[in-house]
Amino acid sequence: MDEDDDVVARVRAGDQEGFRILVERHSRSVFRLAYRMTRNELDAEDVVQESFLRAYRRLEQFEARANFGSWLYRITANCALDLLRSRRRRERDEQPSLGGAEGEGKDPLAPDPAPDRLAMSAEVRRRVTAAMARMSTKERSAFVLRHFEGMSIAEIGRALQLDEGATKQSIFRAVRKLRVVLAPAAGVQP
Amino acid sequence: MTGLHPSDEDLVLHFYEEAREGAAIGDHLASCADCRRRFEAWQVTLEAVVDEPLPEKGPHYEAAVWARLQPRLGRPGRAHPWARFGRPLILSGALAAALAAAFWAGRTLAPRSVPGPPLTASARERILLLAVGDHLERSRLVLLDVVNADPHAPFNLSSQRSAAGQLVAASRLYRQTAQRAGEVGVASFLEDLERILVEIADGPDRLSPPEAGALQQRIERQGMLFKIRVIGTQVEGGERLRPDHQRGRVDADL
Repeated sequence: MDEDDDVVARVRAGDQEGFRILVERHSRSVFRLAYRMTRNELDAEDVVQESFLRAYRRLEQFEARANFGSWLYRITANCALDLLRSRRRRERDEQPSLGGAEGEGKDPLAPDPAPDRLAMSAEVRRRVTAAMARMSTKERSAFVLRHFEGMSIAEIGRALQLDEGATKQSIFRAVRKLRVVLAPAAGVQP
Repeated sequence: MTGLHPSDEDLVLHFYEEAREGAAIGDHLASCADCRRRFEAWQVTLEAVVDEPLPEKGPHYEAAVWARLQPRLGRPGRAHPWARFGRPLILSGALAAALAAAFWAGRTLAPRSVPGPPLTASARERILLLAVGDHLERSRLVLLDVVNADPHAPFNLSSQRSAAGQLVAASRLYRQTAQRAGEVGVASFLEDLERILVEIADGPDRLSPPEAGALQQRIERQGMLFKIRVIGTQVEGGERLRPDHQRGRVDADL
C-alpha cells in the first residue's frame, strides 16, 4: 500500500484518481473530528467535503516530509471553525434542550443521580452539550481538539492559529464552563 | 506554577499532561491535601466528559464522500471554476447552437442502422430542445423519487441509481458545452445536477434513514427541483415561440 506521501506525489503529477485513495483513507477520521466540533451530522458532512476540497486545492503547499493526516486535520479544524462562525444561529436553534424542552421548565442544573453513575448518564451528556453551546467557537474547538482528539497544545495552536498562551486559556475557559454546569451533579464546587 | 501552589489552569493542564512544570506539580500534589482536592475536582469534571457516540456510517461511506466530492475537483492545486447559481438560467442562442453542435456530433458519430433523410436546421434544433427537455424531466423524476421517499425508513433506490447512471453522461456533455459557450450560470446548475446524479449513481442500493435524509436535504438546499423547472420552462418556451406555420414545416421535414 502506497504511503500518503507517494499518493500525494501522484496526485500532484495529475493523477486525480489518486486523491480518491486519500479520501477513502481519511474520510472517517475527518468526519469524526468534524462531528465532534459541529455536533451536527449534516454540518459535519459539509465540513468533510469542504476539507477535502481545500486540501486538494492546496496540495502544492503540502510539504512532502509532513504528515498528511495531521495537515488534513488542521484544514478540517479550520473548516469546522468557519462553519461554526457562519452558522452560529442555526447551531443554537438545533441544540437539544435538556430533558426534552426548555419550555417545560426543567432546570438544566437540577441535582443529578449518584456520582458513581456520573460518567455514563444521558443527563451528563445533555449537560455537556449545554456547556459546549455556551463556549465560544475558539474555546469549543480548542477543547474538542485537546479532550477528544488528543492533540497537543502546540498542534492545536497551529490548527487554530493561536499562540501557546491563548490556546491554554481557551481550553481552560472551556473546562471552567463545563465545571459550572456539571458541578451540581459531580458534587464539586462550581 | 508561579507561586507555592499551582493555579487552576495549571491543574487542568496537568490533567492533560501539558503543564510546563508537570513533575513539580505532581510532587506538590503528593504533599498538599488542599491542592490535591482542587485537582480531583477538576479531574471529576473532565473524566465525566466522555466521547459523544458518533453517527453510524455504512460500509459505503468513503465511496459516497468521493462520489459527492469528485465532480467538484479540478486540476490539483488549481481552483475549480465553481460559479455559484446567481445568474438567470436562460438558454441563450449561443448556448443552444453549441448544444446543438455537441448533440449532433454525438448523433453523427453513432452508427445508423437505417439511413434517413437529411434534417433541416429547425428540425435539428427542435429535436435538441426535446432532448434537453427530456433529460431535465428524467432528472427531475429521479430527484422527486428521492425527495418523496420516507425519511424514516430504509430507502431502496436501485432503480433510481440505474436511471441516474444513464443521465450522468448526458449531463456531463451538456455541462461541458455550456462551459464552452460561456454560460456560467447554466454550467453551474448542470454541475450541481451532475453531482447529485453521480452521488445517486455511485452510491449503494439501499440508504439508511439518516443517509436518505441527508441526500434529500442536499437536493432541497440546492433548490434543484426549482432550478430544473426554470430551465425546463425555458426549453419548453423555446419550442412554443416557434410560429405555427413553421411548426408545420418542421413536422413535414421530420
